[in-house]
Amino acid sequence: MIKELPTAKDASAEKVQKKTLDAAKIAQDFPILHRKINGHQLVYLDNAATSQKPESVIKALSHYYEYYNANIHRGLHTLSEEATTAYEDTREKIRAFIDAPSEREVIFTRNATEAINLVLNSWGKHHIKAGDEVVITAMEHHSNHVTWQQLCLEQGATLRFIELTEDGQIDLKQAATVIGAKTKLVAITQMSNVLGTITPVKEIVKLARAQGAVILLDGAQGVPHLPTSVKDLDVDFLAFSFHKMLGPTGVGVLWGKAELLEKMPPFMYGGDMISSVHRDKTKFNELPWKFEAGTPNIADVIASGAAIDYLNNIGMDAVRQHEIEITKYALERLLKEFDDIKIYGPTDPELKGGVISFTFASIHPHDLGQLLNESAVAIRAGHHCCQPLMNDLGVSGTARASFYIYNTNEDVDKLINALREAKRVFGHVASR
Amino acid sequence: MSLADDLYRETILDHYHNPRNHGVIETPSARVEGVNPLCGDELTLYLIVEDGKIKDVKLEAKGCSINTASGSMMTEVIVGKTLEEAHEIINTFKDMMMNKTKTDVELPEDLEDLEALQGVKKYPVRIKCALLPWNTLIEGIETAEGKR
Repeated sequence: MIKELPTAKDASAEKVQKKTLDAAKIAQDFPILHRKINGHQLVYLDNAATSQKPESVIKALSHYYEYYNANIHRGLHTLSEEATTAYEDTREKIRAFIDAPSEREVIFTRNATEAINLVLNSWGKHHIKAGDEVVITAMEHHSNHVTWQQLCLEQGATLRFIELTEDGQIDLKQAATVIGAKTKLVAITQMSNVLGTITPVKEIVKLARAQGAVILLDGAQGVPHLPTSVKDLDVDFLAFSFHKMLGPTGVGVLWGKAELLEKMPPFMYGGDMISSVHRDKTKFNELPWKFEAGTPNIADVIASGAAIDYLNNIGMDAVRQHEIEITKYALERLLKEFDDIKIYGPTDPELKGGVISFTFASIHPHDLGQLLNESAVAIRAGHHCCQPLMNDLGVSGTARASFYIYNTNEDVDKLINALREAKRVFGHVASR
Repeated sequence: MSLADDLYRETILDHYHNPRNHGVIETPSARVEGVNPLCGDELTLYLIVEDGKIKDVKLEAKGCSINTASGSMMTEVIVGKTLEEAHEIINTFKDMMMNKTKTDVELPEDLEDLEALQGVKKYPVRIKCALLPWNTLIEGIETAEGKR
């Protein structure tokens, strides 16, 4: 899943520097990171929920509305032509970003959840029958769990789970016993939003292909943080969302293999998804517009293009390398400073994304979230839309710090100081 | 005012660290569960109601400090009360927590501890943590009265 880092052909291995980035410099591009909360400069560590947006993305949004706002695909005037071009250019940028064969396979949705629901409605309902099995992992977000659970209930199919090992990794041995002849769909996350666990997608794909199952990858966490090639991973569907990768809210993507998408009926009916309409019948538009009924989220799609430009400028290999480094630093410091912290999931930064879920000093995650906010450190607390996983872990919730390209080691230090302060305010919890 | 003054006052932390009436009643008149699906607070309330009075109450709570402290204080003020009195206390408390126009409410002496929870009002997302035990109690009383 992680592409080889670039190596210079004629340099010896020692001389090759891993590509990295300057997080402090990048942070300058994000206006919100200058904000003060409770008298302290914001330390934003809730990136797994949503990322912040660079000035270029915010400007792309206002520039569209100030300069060429128009509906797309139909108008013959300049504004509409410019808007259509910018909208379709973003589709092509996305194609390149995920290394897909054709931009016809890139469908805009509202978010990753809608992308998964599109597959459920247009493919799942026609292919998953009574007696069939759908396989997901024990660490899915509700969006890739409730969906398939409900489809299975509706169709009389069975939902089965790839379990996790003690240290929060995918149990490939067990996976091999779960994926079988009855498996019609394997729907898995690329990276856990709770544990940070990176799924060994290729190994799972191998198991699924051997049984002729279709593979959906939930890239909501993976695509923003890992170099992702759908060609290399050989999945059938990929769902992700732009607000977690520097873009605005309201733009998701479903990528699917053309041969599957061609055969799927539309998800929604209406304007723009048609090629000709008669009183009693309609011929649907071709890919990808067949799946994009109604006026889409033009402005936010265009601004998502600016988000891709920003990420491409840094390079996804450097993004990944930075997150390995900051996660390594954070794990080392947290474990060194506190003996009453419990970290969930893998502790090898090479095996996980920049997500650290933890419980601390017997302080309830909500109290902890609130106390850290006093020091302007924004983390998330709760079940993270993964209630079944919380049950498996035996907790009602965790605190979660998650990193992105603008987070520095100094942010980690501030987190540590804030944790120390939280413990002081709360006192040592006695007798419960 | 700091967070510690608003939210984590000594009274609250005391009830959190040593919740009163914590536990189980084997044969209650009502046993009801309350959950806050957004943040994962969970509690089970046990009531013994006899002759229109709350004879005993126990709470098993798995929640944050606000939730636990609010529940602990609640059990202290309702035990021994008639159902009518209990309803009055519930209404007084909910009004204090939900009525935005009222600040620094002073409660009768026997309900004094509850005043400490007013600070929660400044943090809207936490109000539901404080209310959960009370809403569960309403359900518990209705169950004991056979209305549910």
